[in-house]
Amino acid sequence: MSNRPLSPHLSIWKWGPHMLVSILHRVTGDGMALAGLAILLWWLGALASGPAAYDSFTGWMWADIGALQWSGIDILWSLLKVLLKIVMIGLSWAFFTHMLSGLRHFVLDIGAGYELDTNRLWSIASPVIAVILTAGFWALLLLR
Amino acid sequence: MGNGTSIGKVRGLGSAHEGPHHWLVQRFTAIGNLVLMLWLLGSFLLLPDLGYGTLASYFAKPVPAVAMILLVLSLFWHARIGLQVLIEDYVHTPGNKFAALALLNLATIGGGAFGIFCVARLALSGGAA
Ligand code: HEM
Ligand code: HEM
Repeated sequence: MSNRPLSPHLSIWKWGPHMLVSILHRVTGDGMALAGLAILLWWLGALASGPAAYDSFTGWMWADIGALQWSGIDILWSLLKVLLKIVMIGLSWAFFTHMLSGLRHFVLDIGAGYELDTNRLWSIASPVIAVILTAGFWALLLLR
Repeated sequence: MGNGTSIGKVRGLGSAHEGPHHWLVQRFTAIGNLVLMLWLLGSFLLLPDLGYGTLASYFAKPVPAVAMILLVLSLFWHARIGLQVLIEDYVHTPGNKFAALALLNLATIGGGAFGIFCVARLALSGGAA
Protein backbone atom coordinates (compact mmCIF):
# COMPACT_ATOMS: atom_id res chain seq x y z
CA MET A 1 0.00 0.00 0.00
CA SER A 2 2.68 2.47 1.04
CA ASN A 3 4.22 2.95 -2.41
CA ARG A 4 0.91 3.35 -4.23
CA PRO A 5 0.60 6.67 -6.07
CA LEU A 6 -1.58 9.31 -4.40
CA SER A 7 -4.12 11.33 -6.32
CA PRO A 8 -2.80 14.84 -6.92
CA HIS A 9 -6.17 16.24 -5.84
CA LEU A 10 -5.42 15.24 -2.22
CA SER A 11 -3.68 18.57 -1.91
CA ILE A 12 -5.41 20.57 -4.64
CA TRP A 13 -8.92 21.62 -3.72
CA LYS A 14 -10.68 24.73 -2.57
CA TRP A 15 -13.32 25.25 0.11
CA GLY A 16 -16.94 25.01 -0.93
CA PRO A 17 -20.11 25.20 1.17
CA HIS A 18 -20.80 21.46 0.78
CA MET A 19 -17.47 20.69 2.50
CA LEU A 20 -18.47 22.92 5.39
CA VAL A 21 -21.80 21.09 5.78
CA SER A 22 -19.99 17.75 5.61
CA ILE A 23 -17.49 18.57 8.33
CA LEU A 24 -20.12 20.34 10.44
CA HIS A 25 -22.25 17.20 10.35
CA ARG A 26 -19.38 15.20 11.77
CA VAL A 27 -18.29 17.79 14.34
CA THR A 28 -21.82 18.40 15.65
CA GLY A 29 -22.72 14.69 15.67
CA ASP A 30 -19.55 13.71 17.52
CA GLY A 31 -19.79 16.72 19.84
CA MET A 32 -23.33 15.79 20.84
CA ALA A 33 -22.42 12.13 21.19
CA LEU A 34 -19.46 12.86 23.49
CA ALA A 35 -20.55 15.91 25.49
CA GLY A 36 -24.31 15.99 24.96
CA LEU A 37 -25.01 12.41 25.99
CA ALA A 38 -22.88 12.77 29.14
CA ILE A 39 -24.89 15.83 30.16
CA LEU A 40 -28.15 14.06 29.27
CA LEU A 41 -27.20 11.23 31.63
CA TRP A 42 -26.29 13.67 34.40
CA TRP A 43 -29.69 15.34 33.92
CA LEU A 44 -31.62 12.04 34.02
CA GLY A 45 -29.52 10.76 36.92
CA ALA A 46 -30.17 13.97 38.87
CA LEU A 47 -33.90 13.75 38.18
CA ALA A 48 -33.94 10.15 39.36
CA SER A 49 -31.98 11.04 42.51
CA GLY A 50 -34.21 13.82 43.80
CA PRO A 51 -34.49 17.62 44.20
CA ALA A 52 -31.07 18.17 45.82
CA ALA A 53 -29.22 16.38 43.01
CA TYR A 54 -31.31 18.25 40.46
CA ASP A 55 -30.44 21.61 42.05
CA SER A 56 -26.78 20.70 41.86
CA PHE A 57 -27.17 19.86 38.16
CA THR A 58 -28.93 23.12 37.29
CA GLY A 59 -26.53 25.06 39.54
CA TRP A 60 -23.61 23.90 37.39
CA MET A 61 -25.10 23.63 33.92
CA TRP A 62 -27.49 26.58 34.01
CA ALA A 63 -26.21 28.88 36.72
CA ASP A 64 -27.86 32.19 37.60
CA ILE A 65 -25.28 34.48 36.01
CA GLY A 66 -26.28 37.42 38.22
CA ALA A 67 -25.59 35.46 41.42
CA LEU A 68 -22.05 34.30 40.50
CA GLN A 69 -19.21 35.18 42.89
CA TRP A 70 -16.19 36.97 41.42
CA SER A 71 -13.61 36.88 44.22
CA GLY A 72 -10.88 34.42 45.22
CA ILE A 73 -11.17 30.83 44.09
CA ASP A 74 -14.84 31.43 43.18
CA ILE A 75 -13.65 33.20 40.03
CA LEU A 76 -12.58 29.80 38.72
CA TRP A 77 -15.94 28.16 39.43
CA SER A 78 -17.83 31.14 38.02
CA LEU A 79 -15.82 31.03 34.79
CA LEU A 80 -16.56 27.31 34.53
CA LYS A 81 -20.28 27.96 34.98
CA VAL A 82 -20.29 30.59 32.25
CA LEU A 83 -18.45 28.12 30.02
CA LEU A 84 -21.00 25.38 30.79
CA LYS A 85 -23.82 27.74 29.83
CA ILE A 86 -22.11 28.31 26.49
CA VAL A 87 -21.80 24.52 26.13
CA MET A 88 -25.57 24.15 26.64
CA ILE A 89 -26.36 26.78 24.00
CA GLY A 90 -23.69 25.23 21.76
CA LEU A 91 -25.35 21.81 22.08
CA SER A 92 -28.69 23.24 20.97
CA TRP A 93 -26.93 24.82 17.98
CA ALA A 94 -25.20 21.50 17.28
CA PHE A 95 -28.56 19.71 17.38
CA PHE A 96 -30.26 22.02 14.88
CA THR A 97 -27.20 22.09 12.62
CA HIS A 98 -26.89 18.29 12.65
CA MET A 99 -30.66 17.94 12.17
CA LEU A 100 -30.61 20.05 9.02
CA SER A 101 -27.50 18.46 7.54
CA GLY A 102 -29.03 15.08 8.49
CA LEU A 103 -32.22 15.98 6.63
CA ARG A 104 -30.01 17.07 3.72
CA HIS A 105 -28.43 13.59 3.86
CA PHE A 106 -31.91 12.06 3.47
CA VAL A 107 -32.55 14.13 0.34
CA LEU A 108 -29.15 13.23 -1.15
CA ASP A 109 -29.75 9.57 -0.22
CA ILE A 110 -32.74 9.36 -2.56
CA GLY A 111 -30.53 10.72 -5.32
CA ALA A 112 -31.93 14.26 -5.36
CA GLY A 113 -30.21 17.62 -4.97
CA TYR A 114 -26.96 16.95 -6.80
CA GLU A 115 -27.37 19.67 -9.44
CA LEU A 116 -24.58 22.17 -8.73
CA ASP A 117 -26.87 25.14 -8.06
CA THR A 118 -29.30 23.21 -5.86
CA ASN A 119 -26.50 21.54 -3.96
CA ARG A 120 -24.82 24.86 -3.29
CA LEU A 121 -28.10 26.49 -2.28
CA TRP A 122 -28.95 23.89 0.37
CA SER A 123 -25.37 23.66 1.60
CA ILE A 124 -25.57 27.34 2.45
CA ALA A 125 -29.20 27.25 3.61
CA SER A 126 -28.87 24.34 6.10
CA PRO A 127 -26.43 25.94 8.55
CA VAL A 128 -28.15 29.32 8.22
CA ILE A 129 -31.61 27.88 8.97
CA ALA A 130 -30.01 26.01 11.91
CA VAL A 131 -28.80 29.27 13.47
CA ILE A 132 -32.27 30.78 13.03
CA LEU A 133 -33.92 27.73 14.65
CA THR A 134 -31.45 27.86 17.57
CA ALA A 135 -32.19 31.54 18.17
CA GLY A 136 -35.92 30.90 17.84
CA PHE A 137 -35.81 28.01 20.31
CA TRP A 138 -34.05 30.04 23.00
CA ALA A 139 -36.28 33.05 22.37
CA LEU A 140 -39.38 30.88 22.92
CA LEU A 141 -37.87 29.16 25.96
CA LEU A 142 -36.61 32.26 27.74
CA LEU A 143 -39.40 34.65 26.83
CA ARG A 144 -42.39 32.42 27.51
CA MET B 1 -3.86 -14.61 -4.91
CA GLY B 2 -2.88 -13.18 -8.22
CA ASN B 3 -6.16 -13.67 -10.03
CA GLY B 4 -6.81 -10.22 -11.42
CA THR B 5 -7.34 -6.99 -9.54
CA SER B 6 -9.06 -6.71 -6.16
CA ILE B 7 -12.14 -5.27 -7.74
CA GLY B 8 -12.20 -8.06 -10.30
CA LYS B 9 -12.37 -10.61 -7.49
CA VAL B 10 -15.34 -9.04 -5.77
CA ARG B 11 -17.32 -7.84 -8.78
CA GLY B 12 -20.65 -9.63 -9.10
CA LEU B 13 -20.60 -11.06 -5.58
CA GLY B 14 -22.99 -8.47 -4.27
CA SER B 15 -22.45 -6.53 -1.09
CA ALA B 16 -21.04 -7.91 2.15
CA HIS B 17 -24.29 -6.71 3.80
CA GLU B 18 -22.56 -5.24 6.83
CA GLY B 19 -22.21 -1.77 5.34
CA PRO B 20 -25.80 -1.37 4.16
CA HIS B 21 -27.07 -2.59 7.53
CA HIS B 22 -24.96 -0.04 9.37
CA TRP B 23 -26.04 2.66 6.93
CA LEU B 24 -29.74 1.80 7.33
CA VAL B 25 -29.61 1.64 11.13
CA GLN B 26 -27.93 5.06 11.16
CA ARG B 27 -30.93 6.33 9.25
CA PHE B 28 -33.63 4.49 11.23
CA THR B 29 -32.19 5.84 14.47
CA ALA B 30 -31.82 9.28 12.85
CA ILE B 31 -35.59 9.28 12.27
CA GLY B 32 -36.08 8.23 15.91
CA ASN B 33 -33.81 11.08 17.03
CA LEU B 34 -35.61 13.57 14.81
CA VAL B 35 -39.13 12.73 16.03
CA LEU B 36 -38.26 12.21 19.70
CA MET B 37 -35.83 15.15 20.06
CA LEU B 38 -38.47 17.46 18.58
CA TRP B 39 -40.92 15.99 21.10
CA LEU B 40 -38.48 16.66 23.98
CA LEU B 41 -37.65 20.22 22.88
CA GLY B 42 -41.38 20.86 22.28
CA SER B 43 -42.09 19.58 25.81
CA PHE B 44 -39.47 21.98 27.20
CA LEU B 45 -41.29 24.85 25.49
CA LEU B 46 -44.78 23.76 26.58
CA LEU B 47 -44.09 22.82 30.23
CA PRO B 48 -44.72 25.72 32.65
CA ASP B 49 -41.13 25.53 33.97
CA LEU B 50 -38.20 23.13 34.01
CA GLY B 51 -37.96 22.70 37.78
CA TYR B 52 -37.61 19.37 39.55
CA GLY B 53 -41.28 18.97 40.47
CA THR B 54 -42.59 19.70 36.97
CA LEU B 55 -40.12 17.40 35.21
CA ALA B 56 -40.38 14.54 37.71
CA SER B 57 -44.17 14.41 37.46
CA TYR B 58 -44.00 14.82 33.67
CA PHE B 59 -41.71 11.79 33.26
CA ALA B 60 -43.87 9.86 35.73
CA LYS B 61 -46.65 9.79 33.11
CA PRO B 62 -46.64 6.66 30.90
CA VAL B 63 -46.40 8.32 27.48
CA PRO B 64 -43.58 10.81 28.29
CA ALA B 65 -41.73 8.05 30.19
CA VAL B 66 -41.88 5.64 27.23
CA ALA B 67 -40.96 8.41 24.76
CA MET B 68 -37.94 9.36 26.91
CA ILE B 69 -36.82 5.72 27.17
CA LEU B 70 -37.12 5.30 23.40
CA LEU B 71 -35.19 8.56 22.91
CA VAL B 72 -32.33 7.30 25.10
CA LEU B 73 -32.25 4.05 23.10
CA SER B 74 -32.32 5.81 19.74
CA LEU B 75 -29.70 8.41 20.75
CA PHE B 76 -27.22 5.89 22.15
CA TRP B 77 -27.64 3.51 19.25
CA HIS B 78 -27.19 6.33 16.70
CA ALA B 79 -24.20 7.66 18.62
CA ARG B 80 -22.62 4.20 18.87
CA ILE B 81 -22.58 3.59 15.13
CA GLY B 82 -21.74 7.26 14.46
CA LEU B 83 -18.68 7.16 16.71
CA GLN B 84 -17.73 3.75 15.28
CA VAL B 85 -17.40 5.40 11.86
CA LEU B 86 -15.24 8.10 13.43
CA ILE B 87 -12.94 5.52 15.03
CA GLU B 88 -12.72 3.48 11.84
CA ASP B 89 -11.79 6.62 9.89
CA TYR B 90 -9.06 7.86 12.23
CA VAL B 91 -7.71 4.97 14.34
CA HIS B 92 -5.77 2.62 12.10
CA THR B 93 -3.51 0.65 14.45
CA PRO B 94 -5.34 -2.68 14.94
CA GLY B 95 -4.82 -2.90 18.71
CA ASN B 96 -5.84 0.70 19.36
CA LYS B 97 -8.81 0.33 17.07
CA PHE B 98 -9.99 -2.77 18.93
CA ALA B 99 -9.56 -1.00 22.27
CA ALA B 100 -11.41 2.10 21.08
CA LEU B 101 -14.32 0.07 19.72
CA ALA B 102 -14.48 -2.01 22.91
CA LEU B 103 -14.53 1.13 25.03
CA LEU B 104 -17.20 2.63 22.79
CA ASN B 105 -19.44 -0.39 23.23
CA LEU B 106 -19.01 -0.39 27.01
CA ALA B 107 -19.70 3.34 27.22
CA THR B 108 -22.75 3.41 24.98
CA ILE B 109 -24.39 0.24 26.32
CA GLY B 110 -23.62 1.23 29.90
CA GLY B 111 -24.73 4.84 29.34
CA GLY B 112 -27.94 3.80 27.61
CA ALA B 113 -28.80 1.31 30.35
CA PHE B 114 -28.18 3.97 33.02
CA GLY B 115 -30.41 6.48 31.20
CA ILE B 116 -33.25 4.00 30.80
CA PHE B 117 -32.97 2.94 34.44
CA CYS B 118 -33.22 6.58 35.59
CA VAL B 119 -36.40 7.19 33.59
CA ALA B 120 -37.90 3.90 34.80
CA ARG B 121 -37.13 4.81 38.38
CA LEU B 122 -38.80 8.23 37.97
CA ALA B 123 -41.81 6.65 36.29
CA LEU B 124 -42.26 3.80 38.75
CA SER B 125 -41.78 5.89 41.88
CA GLY B 126 -44.88 7.80 40.77
CA GLY B 127 -43.60 11.35 40.28
CA ALA B 128 -42.30 14.00 42.66
CA ALA B 129 -40.95 12.11 45.64
C1 HEM C 1 -12.37 20.77 3.32
C2 HEM C 1 -12.27 19.63 2.81
C3 HEM C 1 -12.86 18.34 3.33
C4 HEM C 1 -13.74 18.12 4.34
C5 HEM C 1 -14.41 19.14 5.26
C6 HEM C 1 -13.96 16.69 4.40
C7 HEM C 1 -14.79 16.08 5.32
C8 HEM C 1 -15.07 14.72 5.31
C9 HEM C 1 -15.96 14.04 6.22
C10 HEM C 1 -16.73 14.68 7.35
C11 HEM C 1 -16.00 12.73 5.86
C12 HEM C 1 -16.83 11.65 6.49
C13 HEM C 1 -18.07 11.53 5.64
C14 HEM C 1 -18.94 10.41 6.05
O1 HEM C 1 -18.49 9.49 6.72
O2 HEM C 1 -20.11 10.46 5.64
C15 HEM C 1 -15.10 12.57 4.75
C16 HEM C 1 -14.86 11.37 4.12
C17 HEM C 1 -13.93 11.20 3.13
N1 HEM C 1 -13.16 12.18 2.53
FE1 HEM C 1 -13.20 14.12 2.95
N2 HEM C 1 -13.21 16.09 3.44
C18 HEM C 1 -12.52 17.07 2.75
C19 HEM C 1 -11.65 16.92 1.71
C20 HEM C 1 -11.33 15.71 1.15
C21 HEM C 1 -10.38 15.53 0.07
C22 HEM C 1 -9.63 16.65 -0.61
C23 HEM C 1 -10.35 14.19 -0.19
C24 HEM C 1 -9.56 13.39 -1.19
C25 HEM C 1 -9.00 13.86 -2.21
C26 HEM C 1 -11.26 13.54 0.72
C27 HEM C 1 -11.48 12.19 0.74
C28 HEM C 1 -12.37 11.57 1.57
C29 HEM C 1 -12.62 10.14 1.58
C30 HEM C 1 -11.97 9.11 0.70
C31 HEM C 1 -13.60 9.92 2.56
C32 HEM C 1 -14.23 8.60 2.96
C33 HEM C 1 -15.48 8.44 2.15
C34 HEM C 1 -16.36 7.36 2.65
O3 HEM C 1 -15.98 6.63 3.60
O4 HEM C 1 -17.45 7.23 2.09
N3 HEM C 1 -11.83 14.48 1.51
N4 HEM C 1 -14.54 13.80 4.41
C1 HEM D 1 -32.48 15.38 14.11
C2 HEM D 1 -32.03 14.23 14.33
C3 HEM D 1 -30.87 13.59 13.61
C4 HEM D 1 -30.77 13.29 12.28
C5 HEM D 1 -31.81 13.53 11.18
C6 HEM D 1 -29.47 12.68 12.11
C7 HEM D 1 -28.99 12.18 10.91
C8 HEM D 1 -27.79 11.58 10.74
C9 HEM D 1 -27.35 10.89 9.54
C10 HEM D 1 -28.17 10.74 8.25
C11 HEM D 1 -26.11 10.43 9.76
C12 HEM D 1 -25.25 9.62 8.80
C13 HEM D 1 -24.35 10.47 7.98
C14 HEM D 1 -23.57 9.62 6.98
O1 HEM D 1 -24.04 8.55 6.57
O2 HEM D 1 -22.47 10.05 6.61
C15 HEM D 1 -25.71 10.85 11.09
C16 HEM D 1 -24.46 10.63 11.67
C17 HEM D 1 -24.16 10.88 12.99
N1 HEM D 1 -25.02 11.37 13.97
FE1 HEM D 1 -26.90 12.00 13.64
N2 HEM D 1 -28.82 12.65 13.31
C18 HEM D 1 -29.65 13.20 14.26
C19 HEM D 1 -29.40 13.38 15.61
C20 HEM D 1 -28.20 13.07 16.24
C21 HEM D 1 -27.91 13.28 17.63
C22 HEM D 1 -28.87 13.93 18.64
C23 HEM D 1 -26.62 12.84 17.84
C24 HEM D 1 -25.80 12.82 19.10
C25 HEM D 1 -26.14 12.24 20.16
C26 HEM D 1 -26.10 12.37 16.59
C27 HEM D 1 -24.83 11.84 16.39
C28 HEM D 1 -24.33 11.43 15.17
C29 HEM D 1 -22.98 10.98 14.94
C30 HEM D 1 -21.87 10.87 15.99
C31 HEM D 1 -22.88 10.65 13.58
C32 HEM D 1 -21.63 10.17 12.83
C33 HEM D 1 -21.01 11.37 12.14
C34 HEM D 1 -19.81 11.00 11.30
O3 HEM D 1 -18.75 10.85 11.86
O4 HEM D 1 -19.95 10.90 10.07
N3 HEM D 1 -27.08 12.52 15.63
N4 HEM D 1 -26.76 11.54 11.67
